[in-house]
Amino acid sequence: MKTVRSMVLVSNDPKSKANGSQEVIDALNLAIKNFGLTDEVAVSTIPEIGTVRTLPLVVIFPEASVYGPVKPEDVPHLVEEHLYKGREVPALKVQDPDTLRKVAWLTQRKGTLPAENHIVLKNVGIIDPESIDDFFAYEGGQAFATALQMTPELIVEVIKQSGLRGRGGAGFPVGVKWDAVQKTPGTKKYVICNADESEPGTFKDRVIMEGDPFSIIEAMLIAAYAVGSDEGYIYIRGEYQLALDRVQKAIQQAREYGVLGKNIFGSGFDFDIHIHAGAGAYICGEETALLESIEGGRGEPRVKPPYPTTSGLWGKPTLINNVETFANIPAIILNGAQWFKSFGTPSSPGTKVYTILGNVNNTGLIEVPMGITLREVVNIYGKGVKGGQFKFAQTGGSSGSIIPASLQDTPMDFDSFRKVGVALGSGALLICNDTNCIVDSVRVLTRFFQEECCGKCVPCRVGTDQTWKILTNISHGRGTMEDLAQLEWLCKGMEDFSNCGLGQTAGTPIKNMLDHFRAELEAHIKLGVCPTGVCPMS
Amino acid sequence: MEDNPTQSIPTIDELKQEISLILQQTKRDRGDLIPILHKITQRFGYISSQALYEISDQTSIPLAEVFSVATFYRMLPTQQRGRHVILFCESLPCHVVGGRELLQALKSELQLEPGQTSQDQRWTLLTTSCLGVCNFGPVISIDGNIHGNLTPESLPEILNKYE
Repeated sequence: MKTVRSMVLVSNDPKSKANGSQEVIDALNLAIKNFGLTDEVAVSTIPEIGTVRTLPLVVIFPEASVYGPVKPEDVPHLVEEHLYKGREVPALKVQDPDTLRKVAWLTQRKGTLPAENHIVLKNVGIIDPESIDDFFAYEGGQAFATALQMTPELIVEVIKQSGLRGRGGAGFPVGVKWDAVQKTPGTKKYVICNADESEPGTFKDRVIMEGDPFSIIEAMLIAAYAVGSDEGYIYIRGEYQLALDRVQKAIQQAREYGVLGKNIFGSGFDFDIHIHAGAGAYICGEETALLESIEGGRGEPRVKPPYPTTSGLWGKPTLINNVETFANIPAIILNGAQWFKSFGTPSSPGTKVYTILGNVNNTGLIEVPMGITLREVVNIYGKGVKGGQFKFAQTGGSSGSIIPASLQDTPMDFDSFRKVGVALGSGALLICNDTNCIVDSVRVLTRFFQEECCGKCVPCRVGTDQTWKILTNISHGRGTMEDLAQLEWLCKGMEDFSNCGLGQTAGTPIKNMLDHFRAELEAHIKLGVCPTGVCPMS
Repeated sequence: MEDNPTQSIPTIDELKQEISLILQQTKRDRGDLIPILHKITQRFGYISSQALYEISDQTSIPLAEVFSVATFYRMLPTQQRGRHVILFCESLPCHVVGGRELLQALKSELQLEPGQTSQDQRWTLLTTSCLGVCNFGPVISIDGNIHGNLTPESLPEILNKYE
């Protein structure tokens, strides 16, 4: 198996290229090959480094040593000393404090590497997802066995201490939710795993369910034991056929081994899980709509309060968590709250699974500590923007925000993002280059809300439809400046008066556009042109 | 997802029998309504008005409620569709990597607008929200099979696989 232990980043902006960065990259690849380190060292480029004097730069992780300017003839010595023998080369290191300050965003990530720190995706791609024996061979089930030795109160306390926040998008503290369900009196309680992942661009839950379905079952067992439940549901999106099959198989095998059923491991604790397949409605990811759907109705969100923690499925106290949230639980129980807090930022501990999409050279799934920046994601994991300059990123599917390039050095965690007025969302990072038109993109996002609005409450039903029509008008060259005021008014109304999260966040992309891309938007109206040439304008 | 569901129109007696068979496997309570509708879609390709009536009759759930639930969900169609159902993902992740051009190509290749079924009942073209395979965008799903990284040029070859 390939285990990358070091990562080398070479600056590859136009100025570095002029100073011979390509020769440095070639020399690096050759030297790494000569020392037989090809499987252990990853070489990548940073297209945007800012204006620094000592280009080209070479940054080596996990030590985060910054070398520069590096000439091709320095490379064999650098590789031999740093990568082969493990000694830094002081003579080549950047001395200029100005440069070091400018690349501080790179050196802050000292000690982290891609493919490290996997908590949620620990077993994905390693175990056979259709074999519970394989799961047991990789420490599976140990967290549940540990939990059975603890009191339910202690389990909830550990989860609270860990600071884990819900990974479905809202970031609600998980321990608080568990505590509420545990303290609600009642003989019948439910534990539900929300796997109705439908946010555009998000497919982390699908990968977790397809790659390690047993960890979800184990986490639900721990949750059920902690809150006093004996019945659970996994609500899986109907389109996810493979995930449905694999979770079904996993539940079957768990029943055969007595991990699900009556008197599990002789502890006197009963628990079983049903699967409910969704039928194609985005809104069912909203927790009360999900409950309505399991009960066999239209997936229309309920009025809150009462919250599901007191009155959920069939009116009983119900714990609902996202797939990724559950996938964190076994590791926290096994390793403790302090261990978990060693990852990420103080207010948002742990890791986050992101899907990187759009105009980048490398799309896919990554698990990284909370608090890394968009610039790192784009340049290190996405291997740079494809086909143009970085213009904006869209987070967390449609209810996320539009992050302009100017905010790409903001740490990605719940609180830092809230401070600058954007949202982390559910973990999609759609990277868009400058060939994309902001009006066109926001129109497509709004179209999604208009399509997926359940129609129950007026602000959302009318607001999503009106905003979409206005944006369509603007993209056809029929917009007026009054439309912008109307958009603002509609967004405010949707945010303040909608019943559920869909309507409350549907205006977010529009607000972000008005805040950060006003000039481009007004060009459509005042000049009658789409600066990128995407909108039809007629 | 439905794999080539039977498209021949069943007689009323066949329908009654099939539905009571499906209902025998369930508890016939309200919570089973969506699983029942799923099974009927799998069996017949869509939920006809006759089927809605039969479900209501045999489960004692009011017809209006059966209808309102079935029409709420995208995967429970109440209209007959073509032999092959194409779902085109119109969400932003596919849109920015060539989805715009792909939809144009799809429309002109099939001579259909989204929501329409071809005269020969071969195709139904529908747009859908994100299918969750965005790293291979732009994506279409034909009868539940995902085709990704599509370009207008690669489209005819894929469509030709479905007769």
